[in-house]
Amino acid sequence: MTLVTLKIRRYDPELSEDAFWQSFEVPVESGDRLLDALHHVKWYLDGSLTFRRSCAHGVCGSDAMRVNGVNRLACKVLIKDLGDEITVEPLKGLPTMKDLLVDMEPFFDAFRAVKPFLMTSGNAPTRERLQSAEDRARFDDTTKCIMCAACTTACPIFWNDDQYFGPQAIVMAHRFIFDSRDEGAEERLEILNDKEGVWRCRTTFNCTDACPRGIEVTKAIQEVKRALIFHHT
Amino acid sequence: MTVIEAPRSRARSRTSFEMYSWIFMRMSGLLLVVLVLGHLLIMNVLDGGVQRVNWGFVAGRWASPFWRTWDLMQLWLAELHGTNGLRTVINDYAVRDSTRFWLKMLLYTSAFLVLVLGTLVIFTFDPSMK
Ligand code: SF4
Ligand code: FES
Repeated sequence: MTLVTLKIRRYDPELSEDAFWQSFEVPVESGDRLLDALHHVKWYLDGSLTFRRSCAHGVCGSDAMRVNGVNRLACKVLIKDLGDEITVEPLKGLPTMKDLLVDMEPFFDAFRAVKPFLMTSGNAPTRERLQSAEDRARFDDTTKCIMCAACTTACPIFWNDDQYFGPQAIVMAHRFIFDSRDEGAEERLEILNDKEGVWRCRTTFNCTDACPRGIEVTKAIQEVKRALIFHHT
Repeated sequence: MTVIEAPRSRARSRTSFEMYSWIFMRMSGLLLVVLVLGHLLIMNVLDGGVQRVNWGFVAGRWASPFWRTWDLMQLWLAELHGTNGLRTVINDYAVRDSTRFWLKMLLYTSAFLVLVLGTLVIFTFDPSMK
C-alpha cells in the first residue's frame, strides 16, 4: 500500500463560478487503476466529488477524463503508470457541469449528424445481409469505438472551434461509409465535405494517441478525405 | 458554464471549396519544393553564387520566357500557398468572429498587393530601364 496525491480540478456552479484544484492523499495497491483511487475519494474522503462511470472495465466509455494532461479512461489507466502526483481534469472543449462531469450533448450532436445507422434501399431481405470477411475487415477498426469522446476532446481544432465535427463523428461515419452493406456513403461524405468537416483536420494525431480502443483515428479521417477526392469507398 | 452553440446546425454550403483548398496545398507544396529549391540553387550556389546576381544577371535571365514563367509560378504558388495556410491558422485560432474577419481582410489585402506588384514587375520589366 502506497500513498499517491490526486490533484483534482473541482467545479460546482452552485457554490462558485470558479473552478479550483483540490488535492487528496489516496492509499493505492500496486494494481489499482485511477478509477479505484477516485472511488476512494468519493467513498471515504469527499462524497461530493462528481464523475461518470458505469462498467468500470473499459467498455461503456463513460469515464474519459484528462489525466496528467492527456485523455484517458480512468478505469483503464493504472496508477503505477501515472507517478505519485496525478492531475485529473474534466475533458477539454465540452462544457463542464460539475467536477469531472462534462455535457456530452454537443459531442452526441456531431455523432447524430453523420447518420450513424445502416442505410439501405429496396425491400429488406428475409435473412441477414451477408458480407465477406474481407468486406468486414475493411472497417473493422472503426467498429471498436465506445464513444468515450477522448479523441474529440483531445483535438486542438475542436477546443477552438466547437462546430468542427470532431474525430469521433468521422470515425462513426467511416464505419458506415466503408461498410459494403450500407448505401449512404455518398450522403455521409457530402455531410463531411462541410467547412467544419474532414478538411478541418490538421493530422495532429492527438485523437489516435488518446483513443483507449487503439483505433487509428487519424488514419480513418485520412481515408474519408481520400474517399471524397477519389470517389470510391 | 460556457454555453456552446448547437453544433453543425448552420445551413451547409454545397461547394467543395475546402476540399479544393486542401488539394491545392498539397499540389502547390510539391511544385514549390522543385521551384524554390531550384531557384535557391541557381541564385546562391551555381557558378559564383549570389555575388554574380545584379541587374544584368536578372535582365539576362528574364530575357527568356522560361525563367519568367518559373518566377511567375513561384510567386503565385508561394503567395497563395502561404495565404491559404494563414487563412486556416486564422480560422483555427481567432476566437471572435470580428477578429477573424479583420485578420482575413488584412491577409487578403496584403496577398493582393504582393501578387499585383510582383506580376507587374515580371511582365513589365525592361532591361534598358534607368
Ligand atoms: S474513436 Fe476511440 S477515443 Fe474516439 S470516441 Fe471512439 S473509443 Fe473514444
Ligand atoms: S467506466 Fe465504462 S469505460 Fe470506464
